[in-house]
Amino acid sequence: MSASSSWKANQRRLAPWLFLTPGIVMFLIYVIVPIFQSMWISFYDWDGLGAKTWIGLGNYIELIDDDAFYTSFKNNIIWLVLYMFAVPAGLMIAIFLNQTIRGMRFYKSLFFFPFVISQVVVGLMFSWFYAPNFGLLYKLIEMLTGQGVAILADDRFVTYGIIAAGLWPQIAYVMILYLTGLNNVAPDQIEAARLDGAKGWKMLWYVIIPQLRPATFIAVVVTVIGALRSFDLVSVMTDGGPYGSSRVLSFYMYEKALSEYGFRMGYGAAIAVVLFAIMMVFISGFIWKMWRDETER
Amino acid sequence: MVRFSKGALAVVATLMMSGSAFAEQRVLKYNADFDATPLAAMQALIADFEAANPDIKVELNNFDHEGYKTAIRNFLTADSPDLANWYAGNRMAPFVNAGQFMDVTDVWDANNLGDALGATKASMTIDGKQWGVPYTYYQWGIYYNKDAYKAAGVSEPKNWEEFVANCEKFKAAGIDCLTTGTKALWPGAGIFDYLDMRVNGYEFHMDLTAGKVAWTDDKVRNVFKEWARIQPYITANAAAIDWQDAAALLVQGKAANYVMGNFAVATFKQGGMTNDNLGFMVFPEITAGLPRAEEAPTDTIHIPAGAKNVADAKTFLAYVASAEAQTKLNAALGQLPTNKNATVDSADPYISAGFAELSSAYALAQFFDRDAPAEMAKAGMEGFQEFMAKPENLDAILTRLEKVRGQVYK
Repeated sequence: MSASSSWKANQRRLAPWLFLTPGIVMFLIYVIVPIFQSMWISFYDWDGLGAKTWIGLGNYIELIDDDAFYTSFKNNIIWLVLYMFAVPAGLMIAIFLNQTIRGMRFYKSLFFFPFVISQVVVGLMFSWFYAPNFGLLYKLIEMLTGQGVAILADDRFVTYGIIAAGLWPQIAYVMILYLTGLNNVAPDQIEAARLDGAKGWKMLWYVIIPQLRPATFIAVVVTVIGALRSFDLVSVMTDGGPYGSSRVLSFYMYEKALSEYGFRMGYGAAIAVVLFAIMMVFISGFIWKMWRDETER
Repeated sequence: MVRFSKGALAVVATLMMSGSAFAEQRVLKYNADFDATPLAAMQALIADFEAANPDIKVELNNFDHEGYKTAIRNFLTADSPDLANWYAGNRMAPFVNAGQFMDVTDVWDANNLGDALGATKASMTIDGKQWGVPYTYYQWGIYYNKDAYKAAGVSEPKNWEEFVANCEKFKAAGIDCLTTGTKALWPGAGIFDYLDMRVNGYEFHMDLTAGKVAWTDDKVRNVFKEWARIQPYITANAAAIDWQDAAALLVQGKAANYVMGNFAVATFKQGGMTNDNLGFMVFPEITAGLPRAEEAPTDTIHIPAGAKNVADAKTFLAYVASAEAQTKLNAALGQLPTNKNATVDSADPYISAGFAELSSAYALAQFFDRDAPAEMAKAGMEGFQEFMAKPENLDAILTRLEKVRGQVYK
């Protein structure tokens, strides 16, 4: 009797937690706990099989003196900066496609296509595109300059070559976000701006883009995350090569901890912690912004 | 009620009978990583083994070749089979040191394998004990396109000086003297291993891969000096090419020589080469008078420490090591038997050449990524890849490798 009455009294307070419980439990087991486990493992020297040896900050000290780590870090920065190109490019294509002519849906689906196919397929297509001796781009450069350039074998170009491959689906993704955003642009405001004589760039900059702010926010978030977790393309196209010059942090972590020549769990975990710290900077920024927007309303 | 209990009794009785029938045939779980052709060869061996031992049933659980390298670490600790494939040399050291593989010295002693498998005994031995049984190996050497030699008007080199001199003539004819594809890193290590064994000899090479010699040693520099002589004649952009793509260059006659393992013969022949235009030679001598060592990566079978059916697993190892089983298995594999009493197909010129090459060799190396610990191997192979693209970076490469050596061998 008393149990049911206390349920009635607190029903409104308890019900949300009841619904949240499954999600929270899963999130704890599969996300939160492993984060702390990784941090814990990063203080050990462990090959995944034998006994763990506590070495304190040893892995991090080795990391500071590791050229490959700095190469990966530098590449991650390049990825972050150049990947941002997907945002304006996606916006341009979305505006271009936001018209009503016959067969527009077909053209839209063509532009969206690269996002639908797997990253592995994207990577393979681009590696053939760049391939020495028979690749399309290689042949093209050879025709123009007489000397072909094997993008993926040259440490000067390799990272840019992979980023170009990654941008292709990423632009499509951003485009879709903006296309849905453009559907929600208030027609009366455009009408009013037009009456006031706004056109072209002014219309875009002062009327359209401010209304696309939610879409822009999401586009930046997915692009930052996409740039930081860039693993599959590196793995498929170069395996981190030539001689490790196209590694990024996520790939370097995999290499050290899980690949054929790795199995240094502690060192891999240390790299993962550093990558996590970098991501945390962005993630907390985003959360802070979302929090501000929510409370302002 | 009575009728029911009678029926139940009958059911129980049948169950027990069938149970005893199962008990008669003991199960041997075998985890392996065979590709299609080797899988068929091993299945034939297993069928023969089961015919000879009707009370044993081998359950072969085949993995994807690359995935196996990760999977073995999981199943050895979680759900151990009775037999597992792996490799000889330093590659098995982590499992031996972690107590994951069982000492099978008694199998070697009982079957007098120390004599029959003499060539591979050293690479199966850690701490004076044997930890598995080798069932096949294959030779490395230089595979070459005889048509490309004709096109450039050169003859097969007798020694290293002639090999280098040939390279200039190949260049004039627009042919890559030496091809390789190092996208997966390891093919470059074959070139290094041979140059090191020919310049400095087997003992030095083993000391280097065991971390006893500095990478900045002058003897290591001598190896790269010889490598630098042929570096301009190696296929450009090798770092972006898979080894199969480089094989295609050899098949098409765009490249003349390829330092490779015998498994590549199948690829060359698929590309249209025949015994008439595909040549094989032992890597030529560089330092005169050095005893000739060769590369012969050895594939092995081990008993995991967690095996449930150890007695039958040992019976199986003894069978796999026998001359008859190895003759038949390796004929199907197209590779070389490790048992010296086994015979090879004399009609296959590459197999016969390899058998002669290895049985007369002074010593056998496993291959750079099996002789050196994993982390050193990775760093080394990246260094070889970089050297072939940018030989001017040699000092930086050697300094980096020396730093890795300091961290790996503690």
